[in-house]
Amino acid sequence: MKKLLKNGNVFVSKNKKFEICDILLEDDKIKEIGKELSDSEAETIDCNGYHILPGLIDMHVHLRDPGYTAKEDIISGAKAAAKGGFSSICCMPNTNPVLDNTSAINYVTRKAGDLDKTRIFVIGAMSKGLEGKEIANIGSMVNAGVIGISDDGNCIQNTKVALNVVRYASTYDLPIIVHAEDYTLSGEGQVNYGKMSTKLGVKGIPSLSEEIIVSREIMLANVTNSHIHFSHVSTHRAVELIRRAKADGVNITAEVTPHHLLLTEEECAEFDTNKKMKPPLRTEKDRQALISGLQDGTIDVIATDHAPHTDYEKELEFLKAPFGVIGLESAFPALYTNLVKNGEFQLEELVAKMSENPAQIIKQDLGLIAEGKTADLAVVNLDESFLFSENYIASKSHNSPFLGKTFFGKPKFTLCKGKIIWQD
Amino acid sequence: MAKNVNLVGRNLYDLDTYSSAEIETIFETTQVMKSIIKRDYKKIPTLRGKTVCTLFFEDSTRTRISFELAAKRLSADVISFTKAGSSLKKGESLQDTVYTLDAMGVDLYVIRHGCPGTPALVHKYSDKPVLNAGDGKHAHPTQALLDMFSIWEKKGTLDGLKITIVGDILHSRVARSNCIGMKKMGAEVTVCAPRTLMPPKIEKVYGVKAEYDLYKAVQEADAVMALRIQMERQSEGLFPSLGEYSQKYGLNKNVLEQTKDDVLIMHPGPMNRGIEIFPEVADSEHSVIIEQVTNGLAVRMALLFLILGGKAAKEVK
Repeated sequence: MKKLLKNGNVFVSKNKKFEICDILLEDDKIKEIGKELSDSEAETIDCNGYHILPGLIDMHVHLRDPGYTAKEDIISGAKAAAKGGFSSICCMPNTNPVLDNTSAINYVTRKAGDLDKTRIFVIGAMSKGLEGKEIANIGSMVNAGVIGISDDGNCIQNTKVALNVVRYASTYDLPIIVHAEDYTLSGEGQVNYGKMSTKLGVKGIPSLSEEIIVSREIMLANVTNSHIHFSHVSTHRAVELIRRAKADGVNITAEVTPHHLLLTEEECAEFDTNKKMKPPLRTEKDRQALISGLQDGTIDVIATDHAPHTDYEKELEFLKAPFGVIGLESAFPALYTNLVKNGEFQLEELVAKMSENPAQIIKQDLGLIAEGKTADLAVVNLDESFLFSENYIASKSHNSPFLGKTFFGKPKFTLCKGKIIWQD
Repeated sequence: MAKNVNLVGRNLYDLDTYSSAEIETIFETTQVMKSIIKRDYKKIPTLRGKTVCTLFFEDSTRTRISFELAAKRLSADVISFTKAGSSLKKGESLQDTVYTLDAMGVDLYVIRHGCPGTPALVHKYSDKPVLNAGDGKHAHPTQALLDMFSIWEKKGTLDGLKITIVGDILHSRVARSNCIGMKKMGAEVTVCAPRTLMPPKIEKVYGVKAEYDLYKAVQEADAVMALRIQMERQSEGLFPSLGEYSQKYGLNKNVLEQTKDDVLIMHPGPMNRGIEIFPEVADSEHSVIIEQVTNGLAVRMALLFLILGGKAAKEVK
């Protein structure tokens, strides 16, 4: 099976630049990149006017399967991912049962393996049952194929347990992905502690609840020489802590979500539960620090923290509605429209943060457009705008903070292992 | 009554969506209602045939009774939905509750709920006006209106007055709505609390002054309002003891001596006598605490009248 993508504006990884050229795919690999390629056996796809990016990689997705399949399942989540330009996603273990053992992990990989859709990697739990008490069976989960471990959604509060997990996991070559939240400080908080918590009369989640744990984990990474990856960094002091630790040579990486890059706490003023997530939307100062952190490399990755909840779960009183928003289908268009199109951020950098960088962290040979590499591609039309509405969304859930927005950068085709897994 | 003010069909979630002219109209109408309450025959027929539903998902005696009596004084029918005796215990959602009540022909909802923002949620399921009778720690606009009316009635205006609110500002919906309303009417507001009971960035959010020393906070004040301190805040570790709280933030005789001669002393009730306010202050000639309760009834009558479009102002008189 050969495919020839003609005249696209291709992100050529070795030059880190866009060039108008052709890409010839053979089976699941990129065979050749060059100008005016031809192959009589190949199916030709005209990409004139389109940009061709490495298939995007989202290292932070909640697929809710097994256990919460009214919100999302492996099939619908993979479909939503493909529609968003993602060739690979990593799913978090806070399912029911928890992905803390081989059989649960096998369930996901088998169900995902049957799909001709987005590739799904599994992140295993750090602690058994995500309870933060005992180390999960990390060794056997590595044998079952997990590419990282995390208690995401939860945070190990006991420092001794946190140390033991990090120390134990350092034997294996995988990222330890930390959701940084000190529960004694975040408590029953609903929105950012500050202007918005005062205005709404709800308990606030202080920045400090994230920063205390980021500080702790930097210390732990330092003494154990492990690789700690911070999920969804949200505060300016957390960015600064990570920046300094990286300068000191500590083995840490970090991610940020599109919503924290594009929105602030002001969004919560109308009690819209689609603006309620953890960590909460912060201030403009925090948002600017996150953008600077991306620009100077302090933050390595953009990941969505796609967290589906059904309409009837989100359509509740503000305090009762669950935390979390979806992000797979809005991520690239929203970021392109609001950060790249207005010149704040380079498209090349955005692409690296959503493909090459996450691939390196999860240690997969993906995220590059180069000869011999896997044919994972996202073909987008930067000039085509569309309304991001409930009708557009392929995910089972519609809890997006971006509903009703118009975006540019519409994904047109997504390829995984040389197959078209989604087409506009 | 101010010209061009029409509140028919309006929701009241908080005072931020009401203009000073509208609040002034509410005050003027409240005065009329207050005269009705003082008559021998305390009822007028103006809302005959209308149905007011009080939806109380949180315990409240005073506010619910005040609203229900206000509706009855205007001859509306009242149905009362409280969490304890309702199907919410069986797991019915707010959405279905409102659909059900709406189908029975309710004309206006009064809601108290522990979750902030819920009044707007009720309006999502019903096109009938919704009055917020307290939503979590967010807002309590009718309490603020009655507090403001109590000052307005005595002083003739709020414009340029100095008003101090003392107590657990962090957990107080009364303080929040008062900050919004009083600022809107031109008052200078000072809030006073220990730092652990002060909401972050309150000065920026409401344009009020935060003061941590009670004596400094009350010196210039034309009105001082004490808030109820919930006993459980101590076990939450927000202050060391009721004794110390009372010593530093309780309105006692010594504090009263530091205030202006014509200061008004207020409290939204129920009071913890001997903690945030002492009998010698609560029962002093400066106190309007009992009158606040009467004013609460009159304010709620005025709101129901204005929002449900009572037939004509002259009928009231």
